[in-house]
Amino acid sequence: MDLINQTKHLLKKEIVLEWRSKYAFNGVLLYIVSTVFVCYMAFNLNPGFSQAIGYGIVWNILFWIIILFAAVNAIAKSFLQESKGRLLYYYTIASPHAIILSKIIYNILLMTLLCVLALIIYSLFFKNPVQDHLYYFITVLLGSFSFSTVFTMISAIASKAGNNGTLMAILSFPVIIPVILVLIKMSKRAMDGLDRSLNYQDMGALLAINIIVVATSLLLFPYLWRD
Amino acid sequence: MKFIYQTWWKVLAVVLVFYTMISGFLFDVPTLPILHETIRNLYFHVPMWMAMLTVLVISVFYSIMYLNTGKEEYDLAAVECVNTGIMFFALGLVTGMMWAKYTWGEYWSGDPKQNSAAIAFLLYCAYLVLRNSMDEEQKRAKISAIYNIFAFPIMLVLIFVLPRLTDSLHPGNGGNPAFGKYDLVTSMRVVLYPAFIGWSLIGIWIATLRYRIRLIEYKKNAIN
Repeated sequence: MDLINQTKHLLKKEIVLEWRSKYAFNGVLLYIVSTVFVCYMAFNLNPGFSQAIGYGIVWNILFWIIILFAAVNAIAKSFLQESKGRLLYYYTIASPHAIILSKIIYNILLMTLLCVLALIIYSLFFKNPVQDHLYYFITVLLGSFSFSTVFTMISAIASKAGNNGTLMAILSFPVIIPVILVLIKMSKRAMDGLDRSLNYQDMGALLAINIIVVATSLLLFPYLWRD
Repeated sequence: MKFIYQTWWKVLAVVLVFYTMISGFLFDVPTLPILHETIRNLYFHVPMWMAMLTVLVISVFYSIMYLNTGKEEYDLAAVECVNTGIMFFALGLVTGMMWAKYTWGEYWSGDPKQNSAAIAFLLYCAYLVLRNSMDEEQKRAKISAIYNIFAFPIMLVLIFVLPRLTDSLHPGNGGNPAFGKYDLVTSMRVVLYPAFIGWSLIGIWIATLRYRIRLIEYKKNAIN
């Protein structure tokens, strides 16, 4: 019960802190909008792009790549932002499990919000070819969930190791490649409006990866935490 | 750690590997369409992955030991095991690619098994980059131990689970028959299983030699 209580308080603190500055949220949102806008202008240099044969495939993959880089940028901040003194303060009052759990939950909330907004903005600029809207939306939610769990632990490791962006990318990409491949496959099916039962196996694979990542994060974070 | 200074298992490793070299090329194998004599690659390709898995398991074991005790020797053992594992990883990829050239037609055909193996290779390359990014010895040892434990289950999922869920052409994946399903399996088993043990022991031997060199360097640099 203590753990749940601590997690709740830390989560509240994260949200309040973000609400006051809105730095991570606004920063990443602007990042997404500018990326989408650059892509919009670049692709529309080629007339007839939205009627082209491969339009659906490009639409889907481009969306996931934008989300991937937005997620790296959004979640890399979660540990880099904390000052040394504040980390020491947490160390005295909370258990490491509560800290990593609260960070994971906070990142899931942040990423879900950002991904939904990104999907809306993206659909505004690029004509949306999706047929099964509900399922595409569920895939996006699953994606933001998986990205958050994976990147939170990696950003903890990267921030301990001299916190630079290169390290974050190098460490996270091998882990995130299978996740993003499964997501692209699932969302392509939703886009083509295929039978939903085809996706259950892929959902199982995503769930398995998530469970492994969260379990190892909970096991390993107490060691990473101690300096 | 007395085990690593003993001789008997090194002799056993050499004997077993020579045995599989000779019997792997000379013993009878089932003649199957497409595969033909390339089925002998089984004796040389699969043991590479077995050896890699053995040294990586040992490496994870020492990483856990390091986190529990904080002894520098355990970190050296873990990193040398990973170095050896990466070598066997590369050998496994190369032997697989050679086999793929004769059966699938191309060295690299983007098969899910090949792709996941390549991604898992990046995972361990990232381990080495992570180690080099830090100067402070204890911090480096701790963080790389944590990453090593984190990477291991993901490597297992990548190489052994995900390709099975997709339509990979690799034997044993995507509904293809594995080695265990062929006829005449016993004649192949007598070569394959000694090969597993032999190459695993060779892997451990290489890792222990590298570890002992590192240990001497470490002791030389220590300040008493």
